[in-house]
Amino acid sequence: MSVLSPVASIGRATLSLLASLGRIAIFAVQVVGHIFRPPFYPREFLSALMQIGWFSLPVVGMTALFTGGALALQIYAGGARYGAEAAVPSITAIGMVRELGPVLGGLMVAARVTSSIAAEIGTMKVTEQIDALVTLSTNPLKYLAVPRVVAAVLVMPILVAVGDSIGIAGGWLVGVNQLGFNSAAYLQNTVNFLEFWDVASGLVKGAAFGFIIALMGVFHGMNSGRGAQGVGAATKSAVVAASVLILAANFLLTRVFFTS
Amino acid sequence: MIELSDVHKKFGSNRVLQGVDLVIPKATSMVIIGGSGTGKSVLLKSVLGLVRPDSGTITLDGQDVTTGDRDAFLARFGMLFQGGALFDSLRVWENVAFRLLRGERKLPKPQAREIAIEKLRRVGLKPETADQFPAELSGGMQKRVGLARAIAAEPEIIFFDEPTTGLDPIMSGVINDLIREIVTEMGATAMTITHDMTSVRAIADNVAMLHGGKIRWTGPVSELDATDDPYVQQFIHGRADGPIESVR
Repeated sequence: MSVLSPVASIGRATLSLLASLGRIAIFAVQVVGHIFRPPFYPREFLSALMQIGWFSLPVVGMTALFTGGALALQIYAGGARYGAEAAVPSITAIGMVRELGPVLGGLMVAARVTSSIAAEIGTMKVTEQIDALVTLSTNPLKYLAVPRVVAAVLVMPILVAVGDSIGIAGGWLVGVNQLGFNSAAYLQNTVNFLEFWDVASGLVKGAAFGFIIALMGVFHGMNSGRGAQGVGAATKSAVVAASVLILAANFLLTRVFFTS
Repeated sequence: MIELSDVHKKFGSNRVLQGVDLVIPKATSMVIIGGSGTGKSVLLKSVLGLVRPDSGTITLDGQDVTTGDRDAFLARFGMLFQGGALFDSLRVWENVAFRLLRGERKLPKPQAREIAIEKLRRVGLKPETADQFPAELSGGMQKRVGLARAIAAEPEIIFFDEPTTGLDPIMSGVINDLIREIVTEMGATAMTITHDMTSVRAIADNVAMLHGGKIRWTGPVSELDATDDPYVQQFIHGRADGPIESVR
């Protein structure tokens, strides 16, 4: 084995990563390019809205409820060291709407939706359904990718808003029932503290995460390998890529929104 | 007329097509035979543009298939895929009428459904099948739905990838007769891949044998039995011994 072998391996891995990022970027540009050009497929769009939005509500709601409750407990315990227990309502609210609502909601929807899209489209690929679409004069990007991506971008901010509300409610439940806060004062404190941009920044993040969630599902599904193993690998890659990209995008967006 | 000239295609180091030359005259039925894995499906998909050849030219009525309006080009084709390739999320009639419900020649739903049911009847399926989902059908029924979809828009050119695989002998006969009828009555050009020699004799005007990435033999079906090509003879008689290796 040559002394340079590890360097060559790192180089190959780096080139492979860059090539993948390049392919994803080109794919994203193609999908966006198709969004505004007919034909449009309203039935597929409505179906995607239901699949991505409505059916994700329980998982997003449960995640937010428990996260809000745990956050209130942690802030209370931490705040007690400085005599700052009163900050529980405000910090729970800001933590939920700016960070935990969009990020945890995004990750949960990625686990549920990205995997489902990648598996469905991967199966369509290996059973020649995507080839069949082409022979039926239907562009697979327009028919499969655009409705899912647009639906995810539109519905994720709504899911984040619902998650934010339920998360704050989770904090309120714990605050009032376990930590001894007055109910009205807790809610008043929350409302007074939150600013428009706190909430809006989370919703913008939600839209960006929605784009990532659907794009990764469609991209990896359409590039799935052969057979059940190929579809399984595509599904795994899609969820991993979506999760990592959500966290990376969250960092970048937070930096852009809150460090100026 | 479809004309393939010196078409090459490789996947990695596997050279599947190594200079295919083939002419399919208009309104005739060409059947491609050859062992498994010899590139017959790749050949079919190359004509449709689903696979891009590495070199060579493919023309339809003199025009290169890679140039011109792609939608208009594809509108002239219908294709039956080996596994049916039905869309799971759509009902059977919506699969059959897929092209009729979309695009420039879009029809109202009731009319498209009526045509779909008529096409289902032609492939031996009852109208009740129309409202089922593909997953509720047997493999043979799915294949026939795929065939109904391929002929639904009455295309000029129809490709059939293993049309009778998985069907019982009676249904195979029905499908063979249907393919023959499409060519003779509708004047369509058909290109079929099959291993079923009964189908070959029932469907074909001309036969081409693909072996080693090239067209090994081509000619009218009437000359198939008389040819002294040892590859063709081994294949059509299903002999284990001969120039075609049984381990590939």
